[in-house]
Amino acid sequence: MKEDIVLTMRGICKVFPGVMALNGVDFTLRKGEIHALMGENGAGKSTLIKVLTGVYPKDAGEIRVDGVDEAITIRSPQEAQSYGISTVYQEISLCPNLTVAENMFIGRTRGGTVNWKAMEKRAGELLDSLGIPARPRQQLSNCSLAVQQMVAIARAVDTECKVLILDEPTSSLDDKEVEMLFRLMRDLKARGVGIIFVTHFLEQVYEVSDRITVLRNGELVGEYEVEKLPQVQLVAMMIGRELENLSVIRKENPAGAAKKEVRYEARQLSSTESRPFDFYIGKGEVNGFTGLLGSGRSESVRAIFGADPVTGGEVKMEGKKARITKPLDAMKNGIGYLPEDRKRDGIIADLSVRDNIILALQVLRGMGHPISRAKAEAFADEYIKALGIKTASTDTPIGSLSGGNQQKVILARWLLTHPKYLILDEPTRGIDVGTKTEIQKLVLKLAEEGMSVTFISSEIEEMLRTCSRLIVMRDRNIVGELTGDELTQSHVMHTIAGGGGDSE
Amino acid sequence: MNNRKRKAGGLSKYSQLLVPLIAILVLVIFNLIRDPGFFSVGLTTNNNGDPVLQGNLISILNGASELVILSMGMTLVTAACGGQDISVGALAAIAGSVFVKVLKSGGGSISPLLVLGGFLMCCAVAMVFGAFNGSLVAFFNIQPMIATLILFTCGRSIAYWINGGATPTVSSPIINAVGSFIPGIPIPTPILIVLLMGGLFALLFRFTTLGLYIQAVGINQSAARLNGINAVGIKLLSFVILGVCCAVAGMIGVSRLGLINHETLLINIEMDAILAVAIGGNNLGGGKFKMIGSVLGAYAIQALTITLYAMKVPSTDVKAYKAVVIVLLVVMGSPVVKEAADRFTKRIRAARRSDTGKEAA
Ligand SMILES: Nc1ncnc2c1ncn2[C@@H]1O[C@H](COP(=O)(O)OP(=O)(O)OP(=O)(O)O)[C@@H](O)[C@H]1O
Ligand SMILES: [Mg+2]
Repeated sequence: MKEDIVLTMRGICKVFPGVMALNGVDFTLRKGEIHALMGENGAGKSTLIKVLTGVYPKDAGEIRVDGVDEAITIRSPQEAQSYGISTVYQEISLCPNLTVAENMFIGRTRGGTVNWKAMEKRAGELLDSLGIPARPRQQLSNCSLAVQQMVAIARAVDTECKVLILDEPTSSLDDKEVEMLFRLMRDLKARGVGIIFVTHFLEQVYEVSDRITVLRNGELVGEYEVEKLPQVQLVAMMIGRELENLSVIRKENPAGAAKKEVRYEARQLSSTESRPFDFYIGKGEVNGFTGLLGSGRSESVRAIFGADPVTGGEVKMEGKKARITKPLDAMKNGIGYLPEDRKRDGIIADLSVRDNIILALQVLRGMGHPISRAKAEAFADEYIKALGIKTASTDTPIGSLSGGNQQKVILARWLLTHPKYLILDEPTRGIDVGTKTEIQKLVLKLAEEGMSVTFISSEIEEMLRTCSRLIVMRDRNIVGELTGDELTQSHVMHTIAGGGGDSE
Repeated sequence: MNNRKRKAGGLSKYSQLLVPLIAILVLVIFNLIRDPGFFSVGLTTNNNGDPVLQGNLISILNGASELVILSMGMTLVTAACGGQDISVGALAAIAGSVFVKVLKSGGGSISPLLVLGGFLMCCAVAMVFGAFNGSLVAFFNIQPMIATLILFTCGRSIAYWINGGATPTVSSPIINAVGSFIPGIPIPTPILIVLLMGGLFALLFRFTTLGLYIQAVGINQSAARLNGINAVGIKLLSFVILGVCCAVAGMIGVSRLGLINHETLLINIEMDAILAVAIGGNNLGGGKFKMIGSVLGAYAIQALTITLYAMKVPSTDVKAYKAVVIVLLVVMGSPVVKEAADRFTKRIRAARRSDTGKEAA
């Protein structure tokens, strides 16, 4: 093995029932580099990582690490750790009701006894040295998602770490938090740690990575140095074709046109989680809530859907007074809601893709009117095709789909109910670039057909591309509304940050 | 853990029935070797001059009836709430006491209508108690085992109190027909009642979405709620249905003996019911379920019990032997063993493939 190489994987194959997830993939990681692993949803990125960390046994191929003369077999994450390979998986898997320190050391104490004092001290030192703004005794659930993410990293690098794997660590972070994370990554890189970084954000790849490996349909496309691979080419390699121009897909919505026919209207609506606010959306309008994470945008749409207990306010659906206090009320009024947290609020992991797709429609039809198997099958097939969901069959449990494909199933679930008003909270989280544009176009097409859509995304560009009206939130209050010419990146940022000349 | 579950999901849909089926098969073979005539079924005449079926097979099927019915209900509670009801025996005793109390109120003459009234009454009471258990679990989020500990502790006292502490007997041809045979039909009535209950559940799953809802709530309550499912209601409902199962089991138990002994009626059956659910390959943590698995599990447990008795194992020792076999079954059904078996079959298949490859070459 060459001097500076810490890890090589050769000819890795992995077969799942009905899917060839990895087919002869090679991967090389050097000392002190950040290596991006890119590919469409279901390309096999997470699988490659799980093979490397011993979550899944590999079906063929060999893995070598620096310092060991022969090919190694890794049978468990613990074993991977003993070779210096640490991982933060796509879904955060910490215990929210334990403290930061406990989370960092749980399951890793030797001999069965725990020296709490020493543990906390060690945790404190590590957090300090990595510049993570958390205290050892703080309960993890009180930390922001970014800090939780960083705690997971701290947990991973505490041991003799040569290889650090980050599977979509930034998908739920805002810009500032991403910056914080990147600082941490560069710091580790300077210490000689090789980092494997999986993400769907191209800009982030170009900001921190040194090298890129691209996978498509379980096969290796190639390994490139970042400087030598222009963004357009990277995308083409990932999706196997040229991507259409992203810049202008928003149909100019003449100001005021949306106001003509109001579909949904709320006055002083409040829930246990959100402060009273006014809101409306027109027929065929796409609007959006924007603001920093924790600014209350998700809580606001949850109030609209009745996801949190509603505490007050008046709601009108198409001019008629409506009573929406629980999700079923909202659904009966023709409202659909794709939640922000897919794993917690979206998927029913052990149920099949088919059952997950028909669930909301089934509930709307009522307990006494089950959808026949044949019909369910037809619905599932239709949407699997329409959204390009990668799954072995309609019978596959949704939990075994790749992250992005799970998201598409949840989207299919709501499209199937043909809602009049669809709320999408981070619908493109974990979705690859190609599909992202597909979804944005879909949203605009649905709006053209008369559906109202409220769109939330951490990516402001994405919002600007789709929404004709943006509602800006800060500290759980609505602080501005932007339409027409005001819909520019700088203006939105300004309003979010509080310097905007807009209403206050 | 998660990955194991995923893998199990990828296996054939009925693989979870393997363990109870193997258990039953092993018991059958074992008994046939021991005594080739063990399962022979004979037609004899009973005291009333009616033809009835007899034999070990019939006594296994018959004797398991209460357990089978309770494990059906237990499956639903387990799936929806991720925990078990340990008060089913006590609740069956309450239901049985109510049944007898109503029959006694007729002043000696027991008309078919009175029996029906008694049955409906004991169902109603059991449903109320079921709803009590269910609301502790659904509204107050108390662990099912803890919530049902209350009724487990005081249920038999309530049963005692219903009949004023006596152990009254009821004798009537109708009760006899429920507990043993309907004149003219050679199959024990409890077996028929099990078939009826099984049919009812089949219809319930066929014509309502209860199965889907229960699984959704059991797997991810938060997501189920956001899809408009009344998760609290579903949990409550599972307990109410289990209440009905307790009432039916209690009624069968009373009818067999023609009396209610609130101290011994279906004593310790809750543990067997939970075991039946587990042996049937259902996850005791809730989620996906197969009721047929629990039913097979219940028959396996009963077959084991009858086998041990047939081998003249002293009744005090039966429990110890049962425990050994059950440990084996539960370990057999565990994910660790399943995964190992999985890997084993894969290796064999790979070996076979390379063999044929060599032959071809
Ligand atoms: N446990 C599993 N059982 C069956 N199939 C699986 C399993 N895990 C992954 N797959 C399949 O393997 C393929 C690759 O999935 P993987 O999760 O590696 O994709 P990914 O590149 O990480 O995608 P994403 O960007 O959406 O996270 C997918 O088709 C997926 O359905
Ligand atoms: Mg992934």
